[in-house]
Amino acid sequence: MSVIESGEEPKQSKWSMVGKDPYAMPIEKIDLSHPGIWRANEFLPFMERLRIESPVHYCPESAVGPYWSVMKYNDIMEVDTSPHIYSSEPTIGIVDSFEEFTLPAFISMDPPKHDEQRRVVQDVVAPANLKNMEGLIRQRVCTILDDLPIDEEFDWVERVSIELTTQMLATLFDFPFEDRSKLTYWSDAATAIPGGGVVSNQMERWQALQECFAYFIRLWNERVNEKPGNDLISMLAHGEATRNMPQEEYLGNVILLIVGGNDTTRNSISGGVLALNENPCEYDKLRENPMLIRNMVSEIIRWQTPLAHMRRTALVDTELGGKQIKAGEKVVMWYASGNRDDEVIERANEFLIDRENARQHLSFGFGLHRCMGNRLAEMQLSIVWEEIMKRFQKVEVIGEPERVYSSFVKGYVSLSVKLQPLG
Amino acid sequence: MVNILFIEHDGSELPVEVSAGGSVMQAAVTNGVPGIDADCGGSCSCATCHVYIEEEWLGKVGELSPTEEAMLSLSTDRKNNSRLSCQIQVTEGLDGLVVTTPEFQF
Repeated sequence: MSVIESGEEPKQSKWSMVGKDPYAMPIEKIDLSHPGIWRANEFLPFMERLRIESPVHYCPESAVGPYWSVMKYNDIMEVDTSPHIYSSEPTIGIVDSFEEFTLPAFISMDPPKHDEQRRVVQDVVAPANLKNMEGLIRQRVCTILDDLPIDEEFDWVERVSIELTTQMLATLFDFPFEDRSKLTYWSDAATAIPGGGVVSNQMERWQALQECFAYFIRLWNERVNEKPGNDLISMLAHGEATRNMPQEEYLGNVILLIVGGNDTTRNSISGGVLALNENPCEYDKLRENPMLIRNMVSEIIRWQTPLAHMRRTALVDTELGGKQIKAGEKVVMWYASGNRDDEVIERANEFLIDRENARQHLSFGFGLHRCMGNRLAEMQLSIVWEEIMKRFQKVEVIGEPERVYSSFVKGYVSLSVKLQPLG
Repeated sequence: MVNILFIEHDGSELPVEVSAGGSVMQAAVTNGVPGIDADCGGSCSCATCHVYIEEEWLGKVGELSPTEEAMLSLSTDRKNNSRLSCQIQVTEGLDGLVVTTPEFQF
């Protein structure tokens, strides 16, 4: 059901730039933070104007207050790799967190605390451990794909992208499999803009999170009394740096891991299908040479940029791209823009599955906070495409996708497709 | 010219010959040595050019910067002889260097 029809989405706010021409307004009016242009798929020319004319750009007024936008690859790299200047505290989203509704997690911490907490959990998604999971992932992908209708329209997001990533998360947590749809709901609630279709208001969002917390507290209490296991909860409950952590930190890290592993991978799975449909020559290339899958996965992640931005807060007065940034100011790295910077990435506005240096994209971030799930995401995507190519001549997109109402989560609410079998 | 021997995790050996000036990472990547990803292109920002330096060479490849130490310290497979190969300059003094690549880059 379309969010607009449901009446839940807010009426076009004064901050929305939907339907406007970025080149026909004063540049100070350009505001990437508002979700409207992201949902409407109109964000590219806004990013482009800033990238060319004002690559480190101050937006003085927005629904989220004043903030700096960093648009180019090299400047984004500089911010990402300078945690002593650009802090991840108090939050890494452009929306300033409501104090009562925020939870601490290592994504929004600086060293040394960040390092202590990340070290405990990252082994669960280290490549050595992933090798052990490959068989299970492939088995699940096969089951999901074999269950799909041929020649009949259905929603790829629901039947494949969400289903697969949710199952993956349930495995990582050793979460009761039959309750796994709760993980999707809680993850979506955690990042949703109230009124955007997942939750109506902050209270509803908080209620969803409370339910999540109660469930995970129960799991913690069970696991703490068991022998240490290989799942994330057990690792947190037994790890030296985390076993005495305050409950709100545990829950913050749980939310981090659910969110981190959920809609990002989901939206890359959907995004790849869309990209190949929009670029049929690339789909031909893929059919002719399935060995390109590994490389294609990196290109899909660049093209989709599942998290459009990451935000930092300046700890000191500093200079970036010739601009003076003051201590305390909000600095937003627009990964979605840096990934289209043709001064660093050749033919950046083309989707090329055999591109060289495909891994150099910004979507996972760089520096200490670089996505620890990156290899797991790549593995899921590779397996999905390997198994798709064994079964279907084409995953054909029907009509237009419905995009998420967010300037952070860049993805798809629904994607209608029809499958053409091989031969 | 400087000779570097890359040894893969499975034991296969790949000798390369490069001019001094670039990094050990670049020597690997430009010669098709597998096992090094170098996602960030050499700016000490991703730790996917992680290598193990043969003991006898460890003292000759230079000191770790705080940034390299910070990135390496988060690495799951970090050992005493771990380095990020993008941070090691190839000099004439490194002729004969032996480097092992890990099974995985994270």
